[in-house]
Amino acid sequence: MQVYLPIAEISVNVFLLLGLGGIVGVLSGMFGVGGGFLITPLLFFVGIPPAVAVATSANQIVASSVSGLFAHLKRKTVDMRMGGILQLGGLCGAAVGVALFNWLRQLGQVDLLVNLCYVVFLGAIGMLMFVESLNAIRRAGKPQTGKPRRKQRGWVQTWPLKMRFRTSGLYISVIPPILVGFSVGILSAVMGVGGGFIMVPAMIYILHMPTKVVIGTSLFQIIFVAAFTTFLHAVTFHTVDIALALFLLIGGVIGAQFGTRIGARMKAEQLRILLALLVLAVCGKLAFDLIARPNDLYSISDLN
Amino acid sequence: MRALTLLAALVITLLPATRSIAQEEEVVLGLSQNRVAINANFDGSEILIFGAVKRDSVPIHPQLDVIVTVAGPNEPLNVMRKERRAGIWVNTAQVTIRQAPSFYAVSTTGPLSHILTQTEDLRHRISIPRAIRSITSSDEVLDEDNFVNALIRLREKQGTYLLQEKAVRLDEQTLFNTRVALPSNLTEGVYRVDVYLLRGGNVITSYETSLRVGKVGLEQWLYDLSHEQAIAYALLAIFIAVISGWAASELFRMIRNQ
Repeated sequence: MQVYLPIAEISVNVFLLLGLGGIVGVLSGMFGVGGGFLITPLLFFVGIPPAVAVATSANQIVASSVSGLFAHLKRKTVDMRMGGILQLGGLCGAAVGVALFNWLRQLGQVDLLVNLCYVVFLGAIGMLMFVESLNAIRRAGKPQTGKPRRKQRGWVQTWPLKMRFRTSGLYISVIPPILVGFSVGILSAVMGVGGGFIMVPAMIYILHMPTKVVIGTSLFQIIFVAAFTTFLHAVTFHTVDIALALFLLIGGVIGAQFGTRIGARMKAEQLRILLALLVLAVCGKLAFDLIARPNDLYSISDLN
Repeated sequence: MRALTLLAALVITLLPATRSIAQEEEVVLGLSQNRVAINANFDGSEILIFGAVKRDSVPIHPQLDVIVTVAGPNEPLNVMRKERRAGIWVNTAQVTIRQAPSFYAVSTTGPLSHILTQTEDLRHRISIPRAIRSITSSDEVLDEDNFVNALIRLREKQGTYLLQEKAVRLDEQTLFNTRVALPSNLTEGVYRVDVYLLRGGNVITSYETSLRVGKVGLEQWLYDLSHEQAIAYALLAIFIAVISGWAASELFRMIRNQ
């Protein structure tokens, strides 16, 4: 069954869109990533114009994140306070990121830079998570020997403006979460994604939040970023396709419900290793595209 | 002969749009539709272009040939070429084309190179390469032709540039018809349909008409809303997303509680 999309101006199979939305929804519910880094390239592949794909995937991310967030709220695995502070940093970061993006565009070759950014960040984060969670799984397999390690207390603990984050079980300074939010904000504005795949590892490894809380909190945070992105794209470039978003999000919200259930049944380190593998796979694909000889050396870009 | 005059009379009464220039042969043309409506189920369309050659005398030699072209609205675009720099494929050269038809189909009665001379092609801009105009590039690009050929190759693969040789059926040197498939990724606007009659490689007469391609109904409404009421549209998009996310979550809870 084909449907014509009014903004993308192309006719696409309905079940293909529902399926794409569903897959990304499952991942979103499981890992707390928006899935923008996954759905945007998939939409390119279907033939949706890049500008429409980027803007509309932001809209579908809002839906699947809301769907996942409600499931997490019931399980009380959302740290609203942490989410709010990350958001504050993120908004400032996004403003700086947009300025940076415009400056880079004037220099030219911004696409290349974005792709290189992706490869470097996805590669680094994927490798770190993979090695760490592999070690965690190995440790869990062996019988515990000796005393459990003491919780690390670095110099971050001595920073001022301490605040209690009850859901996460943390009592830390607000400066690290603001800095994390800020840097993710810059990156997501430059790379055009919600930043879930950077935010999730940052919360686990830098802020030492429990993995189960991280997913709900990341979803909470992503909703605002994605809604804001949707708004900006719709108002400035008119590239949000509601019809396309509708089919993607019907698949997405249902997928997200299954995703949160799958996620709840798995161990934290298993979740982390799967996310690491997914991130590495996307990184590998992007790196391959940069290095391998393209099918056609020529490409067309519209000037409108 | 009687049948022929009868047909000519029929055609004239049916189609008033005849061009009256002092020429021996004229084209009388019809389209299966004057408007292509893009609705939610739109998945490409096929138009039938048919017509007759009106003449006072019996057909003269040499052989008559017909070319039908359908051209979508012109649009500016860049064609870019990648090159390997430090192990990575980067866009290094680009050519700007100010006027390239978004859709272009050429249907003929015979091989284009046989029935149309180079000079006539240049004058009437009939073949696909001639339809692409205003090509500009920086001084470093020495092979603009390669870029134009690449554009044609890419668009032919997409189905938006078509060369259909021998796709026009011509009966008794008088009646002709052809079908042109319009793909689903059509640009909106006025499509120009041209019919050329040729003898010995020269265009003896031509006829032009147009075809409107536009969205209708919900498609049109959404498109207008997104451009004219951008803020309302943006809020609507976000609202739909939030509501459906919440609804799915509630629905699943209900299913689970049962």
